[in-house]
Amino acid sequence: MAEFTLPKNSKIVDGKTWPAPNGATNTKTFKVYRWDPDDDDNPRVDSYVVDLDSCGPMVLDALIKIKNEIDSTLTFRRSCREGVCGSCAMNIDGTNTLACTKFISEVKAEARVYPLPHQPVIKDLVPDQTHFFAQYRQIEPWLKADSPAPERERLQSVEDREKLDGLYECILCACCSTSCPSYWWNSDRYLGPAILLQAYRWISDSRDEAAGERLDELEDPFRLYRCHTIMNCTRTCPKGLNPAKAIAAIKQQMLARRV
Amino acid sequence: MSDRPLSPHLQVYRWQITMVLSILHRITGVALAVGTLLLMWWLIAAAAGPEAFDLAQAFVGGWFGRLLLFGWTVALFYHLCNGVRHLLWDAGWGFEIPQVYASGWAVLVIAALLSVASWVAGYAALI
Repeated sequence: MAEFTLPKNSKIVDGKTWPAPNGATNTKTFKVYRWDPDDDDNPRVDSYVVDLDSCGPMVLDALIKIKNEIDSTLTFRRSCREGVCGSCAMNIDGTNTLACTKFISEVKAEARVYPLPHQPVIKDLVPDQTHFFAQYRQIEPWLKADSPAPERERLQSVEDREKLDGLYECILCACCSTSCPSYWWNSDRYLGPAILLQAYRWISDSRDEAAGERLDELEDPFRLYRCHTIMNCTRTCPKGLNPAKAIAAIKQQMLARRV
Repeated sequence: MSDRPLSPHLQVYRWQITMVLSILHRITGVALAVGTLLLMWWLIAAAAGPEAFDLAQAFVGGWFGRLLLFGWTVALFYHLCNGVRHLLWDAGWGFEIPQVYASGWAVLVIAALLSVASWVAGYAALI
């Protein structure tokens, strides 16, 4: 059952306001979600003032600057800093995106930075994605083929390869899944947009011979059909992909094989 | 592990037309079901006799009853128009974000126009 409010231990309290840097004229305030597993306090929101004249253009640059210069205890994931690894996915200014590809200049006066929504928090901006990746494992995201392997690779026509465009680019950052209200309320059984887009990536692959079994696995009131076409997923995808469209395509294939 | 906090969701997620229209679809669906009870009462009262019907008619025809009926009309037309939008999605059409926004605003405008038009037509018939 959907719980619209936060549990008692998750309610956010006021946090610390860190002093502004001396002499800086071009500044921006970042309000960042903090939670430390080593004390018993509730999550809080700390305010940091960043000197934009000595900061890179992206939100990730500001977070790294805060960690380097203001508060070394701030914890977040990051790796590639160019939108291909998906590590720095977080909720910035109310929508989910990658901190490394989000311009500070696109964010309103005060930048609010939270972890991906409705996830257990390990520390600060780091959510626990164990369940998300277990769901990915559930769709068996590898090529399945019974026909004997050819001498060299399994070939694909240009047209068949094009069917994977808009699907293979997904970096599994979980921005879409954690933007989906249906996933918020039903993530225990609903697979969510990211995993369903990945499922469709294998269903659409001309080299894969298990499309029927894959559809069987998804034929379930929750796994697939908790998608109510809310469209938050497509709205928020930092890679410009369209999970909602992929899910609709799966639903159409479900229908097509019945009639 | 279990005492890990849950990250905020509704509390921080920016309200946007995608999720607003979706929850409105559900709310209007529930409102229509409740409104149908009012309609049932009116029909049963008509079958029960003049006294019961006068009572029901006085309530439905009063300012509060008309307000409820107006809300029911709005819910009906919104749910109808957005239902068509969902049908188009199920047919695979209109998944690009500019189309989603255009169809969403279209639903709101058309539902408002149909609601007002039906009440104008209703009052015009009285004159």
